[in-house]
Amino acid sequence: MTEKRQHFDEMLLDGDGVRQPYDAYQEWFFNEDPTRLTKKSKEAEAFFRRTGITFNVYGQEEAQERLIPFDLIPRIISNREWTRLSKGIEQRVRAINAFLHDIYHRQEILRAGVVPPHLIAQNDAFLPQMIGMSPPGGVYTHIVGTDIVRTGENEFFVLEDNARTPSGVSYMLENRETMLQMFPELFSQNKVQPVSDYPKNLRRSLAACAPAGCNGKPTVAVLTPGIHNSAYFEHSFLADQMGVELVEGHDLRVVDGRIAMRTTQGYQNIDVLYRRVDDDFLDPLNFNPDSMLGVPGIMDVYRAGGITIANAPGTGISDDKAIYSYMPEIVEFYTGEKAILKNVQTWRCSEPEALQYVLDNLSELVVKEVHGSGGYGMLVGPAASKKEIASFAVKLKKNPSNYIAQPTLSLSTVPIFVKKGLSPRHVDLRPFVLVSPKEVKITPGGLTRVALKAGSLVVNSSQGGGTKDTWVLED
Amino acid sequence: MLGKTAGGLYWMFRFLERAENTARLVEAGFRIALTRSSDSASEWKSVVTTAGVRNGYMEKYDSFAGPTVIDYLLRDTANPSSVMSVIENARMNARLVRTVLTTEVWEAVNENWMTLKEALRRPIRETELPGILGTIRQQSALVRGAMHGTMMRNDIFDFAQIGTALERADNTARIIDVKYYTLLPSASFVGSPLDNVQWETILRSVSAHRSFRWLNQDDMNSSNIADFLILDSRFPRSLSFCSRNLDENLGFLAKDYGVRMPCNDLVERQRDKLRAHTIGSIFDEGLHQFIGAFIRDNNAIGMQIEQDYRFNG
Repeated sequence: MTEKRQHFDEMLLDGDGVRQPYDAYQEWFFNEDPTRLTKKSKEAEAFFRRTGITFNVYGQEEAQERLIPFDLIPRIISNREWTRLSKGIEQRVRAINAFLHDIYHRQEILRAGVVPPHLIAQNDAFLPQMIGMSPPGGVYTHIVGTDIVRTGENEFFVLEDNARTPSGVSYMLENRETMLQMFPELFSQNKVQPVSDYPKNLRRSLAACAPAGCNGKPTVAVLTPGIHNSAYFEHSFLADQMGVELVEGHDLRVVDGRIAMRTTQGYQNIDVLYRRVDDDFLDPLNFNPDSMLGVPGIMDVYRAGGITIANAPGTGISDDKAIYSYMPEIVEFYTGEKAILKNVQTWRCSEPEALQYVLDNLSELVVKEVHGSGGYGMLVGPAASKKEIASFAVKLKKNPSNYIAQPTLSLSTVPIFVKKGLSPRHVDLRPFVLVSPKEVKITPGGLTRVALKAGSLVVNSSQGGGTKDTWVLED
Repeated sequence: MLGKTAGGLYWMFRFLERAENTARLVEAGFRIALTRSSDSASEWKSVVTTAGVRNGYMEKYDSFAGPTVIDYLLRDTANPSSVMSVIENARMNARLVRTVLTTEVWEAVNENWMTLKEALRRPIRETELPGILGTIRQQSALVRGAMHGTMMRNDIFDFAQIGTALERADNTARIIDVKYYTLLPSASFVGSPLDNVQWETILRSVSAHRSFRWLNQDDMNSSNIADFLILDSRFPRSLSFCSRNLDENLGFLAKDYGVRMPCNDLVERQRDKLRAHTIGSIFDEGLHQFIGAFIRDNNAIGMQIEQDYRFNG
């Protein structure tokens, strides 16, 4: 471990030793027999297969269900680091809710000239159907998965806000279960804050957002696009863990101004629908008419206050990467405070000067589509060939406002377990946030995604990324 | 429970039962082919017919040889009733209804699928066949064991039992249907060596050769066998047993939900009919007609259940 590293490693110090949160862990690790760890690693994989913790990859007939590789070295965060992070996340999530309410009502932020109106008016993610509509409890983003990256001891950046339908929470929970089963001793040596309350909290948080007319215990259901969706495992997992029904569009219909599900004993009303179906497919009568995944008329029931949809339709606007670039101003506008978490510097290619800069520096930048997600359709300049860069430049010039660019961040690394011992890999972090009218609740830790290829910065599971258990220590 | 979920459970257990039955048919066919090789082609033909896939098979092959039949019935995913296909379907339905299954049941089904996918990956050599058939049986036993040991006795369990009973009744009835002529008490057949082969196949197809022998010692004749398969309610694959099981489970549902459905009447009628008969009166009415009517009634009950409990909307 003598070579000089260019990246901040969260475990290993440049010379000898480890950073403080890893003190107890390293003692355990260096006393472990590597062959036992290799065996454990295989056991974990068999466990994931048997329990069916898989995801589907689109367009790959052969490997229809794949495992997300799990690395057994945990990522450890101190309580102090976490306190600051969670404050920053909460501030940001509150601001996003205020922003969404504002742009669908009085649009003060546009009038104040903080965000240019065309970014809203000409944005596909802005839903005119939501104008003037106030979701039950005033909550737009019931579930948020803020993507955070780290570049140094005190350098944290928000990469994306994911206020639409963040996925991955089932991996956070199953990773912890796996670690508890494989290495129970670690959890008596380290005081790790638990994550297992998430499903209970999710159910409570959703129930707290039930429509005003709901009396008695709210009926919650999870809406999935179906068994072939890439995140189907997570949908059924969450429904199961919450003890609520997992429904598809064809199980639902409008009955007497309510959304009801077809049961063996007739139709039963639903109060809160945690939908994992995109806005566009939610209601063929109000949005994409070809959608088979949604419920015809659900938007009308929603607007009349008959059901809560989580997350609210139209929240996607805050995931727009051009809007993202204004997030520090948005936070300040609604909270009156400076943003605690930093934004990554962002060039909006819609602006001619920015576009020129981006075109001149493509080989150094990361360029993303404004509506993109999942790591698709983006260019990672430093990792791209000349040919890839040239062809991306053509796409970019054709439709500049579809793109933003960011500097290539020197993401922190956490070691993964390999044959020779430890080897650093880049990571990011997705904490999961629950918003109800009364409170914002953040599960300590979240999902750590790790790029398994040495040097790679792409952590997405659809692009060969893996995951780690994420620990937030007690003190 | 969602109607879709009830349907998923019902089909999951129909498919699991079907996989086991198909494996048992292949096992009986294989045994006969080994021990009485002179007539193996016609034996394999009736195996394919009993499995209800004769048309599909004939599109692909033009003779009934052991290896092709075995491949078609166990591995071929172009055959919707092959063991591999139905295990895929069973697992797909299990994924669909995963929220109502215990972890043990889900894992048993998933492991069943993973094990068979591996075991049936390559064409099966004759030496491997007994081992593979054993694996199929064992895997179903694991699922059933997890089911009985861990599931709550509520409507979830009822729908699973209903699917199993219906599929099993259909399977036993089809075995009798294909070989009904060997069970007829016509004088020229009784006790001939041909009969003995046929009877053995029938009994092996429902894994009853031992229990039948225990019950009847040396008295193996067509009437006893038919009686055993149709009316003996101690035998868990007899029509009478399956019908009782179906009736009971539909009865639990009606009680649980507080509503009696048309399917309750249909199954009660079927059960009354079986109770009213002796094997003699069945032969008088015509065995073939009787079995044909049973299969039709059984299908009708299945369709009525789908409707009564809103499987599909």
